[in-house]
Amino acid sequence: MAVAVIAMAVQRNLFGVVVLFSIYSFLMATVLVALDAVDVAMTEAAVGAGVSTVLLLGALYLTGGTESKPMQRPLLPLALSIAVGAVLAYGMQGLPAFSDPQAPIHSHVAPRYLEQGPKETGVPNVVTAVLASYRGYDTLGETAVVFTAGVGVIALLRRRTRKGK
Amino acid sequence: MSVIAGHLGYWVTIFLMVAGLYMLIARTNLLKKLVGLAILQSSVYLLYIAPGKLIGGTAPIIADGFAVYSNPLPHVLILTAIVVGVATLALGLALVVRIREAYGSIEEDEILEQED
Amino acid sequence: MKSDIILRVIAKLLMPFMLIFALYVQFHGDFGPGGGFQAGVIAAGAVVFYAIIFGLTEGQRLVPEWIVEKMLAAGVLLYAGVGLAGIALGGNYLDYFVLDADSVRGQLRGIFWVEAGVALTVSGVMIKLFYLFAGRGRDAGDS
Repeated sequence: MAVAVIAMAVQRNLFGVVVLFSIYSFLMATVLVALDAVDVAMTEAAVGAGVSTVLLLGALYLTGGTESKPMQRPLLPLALSIAVGAVLAYGMQGLPAFSDPQAPIHSHVAPRYLEQGPKETGVPNVVTAVLASYRGYDTLGETAVVFTAGVGVIALLRRRTRKGK
Repeated sequence: MSVIAGHLGYWVTIFLMVAGLYMLIARTNLLKKLVGLAILQSSVYLLYIAPGKLIGGTAPIIADGFAVYSNPLPHVLILTAIVVGVATLALGLALVVRIREAYGSIEEDEILEQED
Repeated sequence: MKSDIILRVIAKLLMPFMLIFALYVQFHGDFGPGGGFQAGVIAAGAVVFYAIIFGLTEGQRLVPEWIVEKMLAAGVLLYAGVGLAGIALGGNYLDYFVLDADSVRGQLRGIFWVEAGVALTVSGVMIKLFYLFAGRGRDAGDS
């Protein structure tokens, strides 16, 4: 994935950037399956490699550009990005190590969902149970966000029925 | 060096985040900026899901024969985040299309020149 | 691409499988990975696939614009309606256990309708986005 990202940053042909983005999404979905996040991997594969790529290709066709100009003075943004990375690396040493069962993420609420979820909701898939029942408000908000994005794009890209404007 | 081995997931996350940030601020093409934003968002997905995994565990679907399950709570949050991310990308692309029709180009410096 | 016979045949063969897979993911979201979002995106992907190969006008004859716009709004209204049904039957907003005499059956019923609403909205938005992006190019082609 790192190779795909570096290639995307350097690549100047925009169609190549879109194809590399699709490859990156598929690789991310594979990594997510390896991390036992099967629902998230299915969503990432469908949304990232499917819908995002189609929309990017559509926008690429509409804007018509296939090349982008080289960057003058790339040193200041590169130094800034590396500085941000250094601060993040300093901060992440306090985070728990990989697959630590004593990490705080595994206490409080998560064991309760894993034990009580199928008994209270009757649904073996704990992710669906949490998404639709325990955290139903969040899903309502997310559906509203998707709806608002659709309405926003309709407002921006609606075809003008009167010519000459 | 347990800092490297135990935190490998975080190193990958930081690299992806920095690369996405660099594409966002250093490229002048608007489409490349949006792709950099998408990479930045997907690095955050890794940041949330990697700590939830337990070695020897399985996906959080309760079935007979499995005792240890990975944490389902980050999965729920990231599902929402992925869908919101694609909604943001769609709105950004619509804006880029309209900018192209108004200014004739999607390079940031050419647009700023036309503004003056 | 309409004139390429291989693509036409493959598209006609694959479309029903993609739609059935979308329905399978939607209804088996309780027992395996899946749920409303994935099903909505896969169903939208089937329609977009058809529209890419056979042309935008054919695609819009299959799923007209007004149906897509109604689907957008109907999903959100269905989700909010389930919440209001919770109030009407005596609980708080979005309480599922009041929807049936047996509390677990009520949860299952609530989750079913909520996921259906989510799938409707997500598939409607994705199809509408594709129609907008593809339709804009045809209009602006002469400018």
